[in-house]
Amino acid sequence: MRATCWYGKRDMRVEEVPDPQILNQQDAIVRVTSTAICGSDLHMYNGFVPTMKAGDVLGHEFMGDVVEVGREVHNLNLGERVVVPFPIACGKCGFCQAKAYTLCENSNPNAWIAERLMGHSPAGIFGYSHMTGGFAGGQAEYVRVPFADVGPIKVPSHLSDEQVLFLSDIFPTGYMGAEMCDIKPGDTIAIWGCGPVGQFAIRCAFLLGAEKVIAIDDVPERLKMAQDGGAETINFDEQNVYEKLMDMTGGRGPDSCIDNVGMEAHAPLPIMAYDRIKQAMMLETDRPHALREAIMCCKNGGTVSVIGVYAGFVDKFPMGSVMNRSLTIKAGQAHVHRYMRPLLQLIENGDIDPSFVITHRMPLEDAPHAYDIFANKLDNCIKVVLKPDWNGNGNGASARDQSYTVVH
Amino acid sequence: MSANQQTSNYSGRASSSYDEVDYVAERGKPGLPSSSGKKLARGLGWFSIGLGLAELLAPRAIASVSGVSKSRTGLIRLYGLREIAAGVMIFSQENPAAGMWSRVVGDAIDLASLGNAARSPNTNKGRLAFATANVAAVTALDVICAKQLSNGDRGIHARASCIVNREPDEVYSFWRNFENFPRFMRHVEAVQDLGDGRYHWVATGPAGMSVEWDAMMVADDPGRVITWRSLENSDVDNAGAVRFERAPGGRGTIVRVNIEYNPVGGVLGAAVAKLLGEEPEQQMDDDLRRFKQILEIGEVVVSDATLYGTGYFEQRPARPASADELERAETLPSQTGTNHRSDDRAEGRMMQP
Repeated sequence: MRATCWYGKRDMRVEEVPDPQILNQQDAIVRVTSTAICGSDLHMYNGFVPTMKAGDVLGHEFMGDVVEVGREVHNLNLGERVVVPFPIACGKCGFCQAKAYTLCENSNPNAWIAERLMGHSPAGIFGYSHMTGGFAGGQAEYVRVPFADVGPIKVPSHLSDEQVLFLSDIFPTGYMGAEMCDIKPGDTIAIWGCGPVGQFAIRCAFLLGAEKVIAIDDVPERLKMAQDGGAETINFDEQNVYEKLMDMTGGRGPDSCIDNVGMEAHAPLPIMAYDRIKQAMMLETDRPHALREAIMCCKNGGTVSVIGVYAGFVDKFPMGSVMNRSLTIKAGQAHVHRYMRPLLQLIENGDIDPSFVITHRMPLEDAPHAYDIFANKLDNCIKVVLKPDWNGNGNGASARDQSYTVVH
Repeated sequence: MSANQQTSNYSGRASSSYDEVDYVAERGKPGLPSSSGKKLARGLGWFSIGLGLAELLAPRAIASVSGVSKSRTGLIRLYGLREIAAGVMIFSQENPAAGMWSRVVGDAIDLASLGNAARSPNTNKGRLAFATANVAAVTALDVICAKQLSNGDRGIHARASCIVNREPDEVYSFWRNFENFPRFMRHVEAVQDLGDGRYHWVATGPAGMSVEWDAMMVADDPGRVITWRSLENSDVDNAGAVRFERAPGGRGTIVRVNIEYNPVGGVLGAAVAKLLGEEPEQQMDDDLRRFKQILEIGEVVVSDATLYGTGYFEQRPARPASADELERAETLPSQTGTNHRSDDRAEGRMMQP
């Protein structure tokens, strides 16, 4: 089959790899109909995620049809159309039972690597480095999906791929970012980063009762999309974020702040230079400018919600501001399984159509180009959807399927 | 890794500290019978006697070889006597630790003398440096061997713990069936129940060599503790203890494992193994993780990258494996409990295109 493979910094290749097999009896094989590139994939693309190996298949936002299931899969039938959550969760450990799926204790065979870096290990993730398991990802024609009874959610046929695909990650991630703010009616929420997750965070903040949402970025088309979602915007290239936010909130600061940016923040030159140099010298792994700013701007007693991805260590963290001003910091990889059903319901009700965020659609073969325009914000790119059967008729009867049956 | 103080009690014996695991007391003598350390000590004992005789009988030759002044023959003869005494000590004791430590002291004196000689004008600096390097190397060996033989530091001691989301009785029962070990202990290939609480173990040692031993269960307190130790003539002397304790708040069972063994190839072998990523506590952590997976989800989870193991050098790229690669992976214990050959997948379902 064809798959998008990582070969190093800004070196993605679509190449022929073996078809996935059932390795555990709770696995399913899914034939991918749509897959997307996530902003967090760019951290690997830009070479900031440790424990990558040349040839790793990336991709953790994907959906498709079930074409094979292991003996111990009971909830899925062949041919069913499913969206697969990006975290891999067993459903049976204490954390899964507490619905903290990205903390699953059983789904990361490489837990020891994560333990060395972070003290304890999070769950396994599709196509997201070896320290989160080393599972092949979904920017491919087929994917092996472990714990198929626990993760994949069946989607009704009247909804298109583009309407439901983002249940795999960015929609629940944006939702959890907003949910962690514990929004009360009348709240003002500030959102750093207007990429795809930020766009969902804006809309979810309104859904959860925010009165005002202020979105911060410096990419015009992203700010425009944020405004379309009802947010007021700050372009950090043009305005001082702290001063502008204080002006907009009467000097008190936003009730809660969401950091959708993570480890590769862009910032005004002197701070950017400081963090870039330290990152290059390996004195810090992450550039936490958005997080620092969110903390400094948040109102006394407010909540800073961190949903942007950090990998390792940050520098100049304003702990004094957090402690003396009674801030609450909440963070986490989204517990996607928890949100898929209620959010699917929102889509079915017509409360939101997640496809608004898509700016580009292209064949899987064009993945390297897609990474390039997404990473460099070329061609007004905000979100790319890749289609493995671009030229096919969509029912899976491609030449690849013939070769697939031969293997078995 | 926890280092909890624990006051567990079984068969009427109380253990005041988790470090003093019960199986140590159970063996009557502290430490393991250290056959590899003894072998090394015997070798060094013969070396002592040989060098001692040479120093005693041919002090001038020794002085010439080591580059020191030939006027020091008296001192060299004295050192020879010291070497012979250390050798005799090593052979005369059941545990040659004291003899080995006396060799370490002798090495220190030799090194000091060589250092002193370096300041004298009547020395051959090249030969002196060569002799010093040799003595330093032997000193390292002596220290390792002496440490290995000394009480309290005999071989490798590893511990690990995890919480399994199951009742203590169930967790105990699974462990109690030693024949389950190969399903989650990566280096254990087979455990066969010989009856009378005796078991025959087959395991993979460093560089893939096979090691075997018989072991006996020493203590067995249902739902609480199991301890075992190897019998005489084992390839690897070892002992282990596992405790089961209800986790606070009814959150399953805390499993604590303590294992002690004399590594194949001695402490040096273990150091080499460690360099190659074979760290005992790491391995036990991974073993326990698989143990937990089998009890909680019924099988050992495999990812594309970990088909050959979870070690740093064992990782393959996170991409589907070819049929050949899967065939090779099949021999791995991590594959036990799962099977990917198509004939075993008869019950699984596949879509016909």
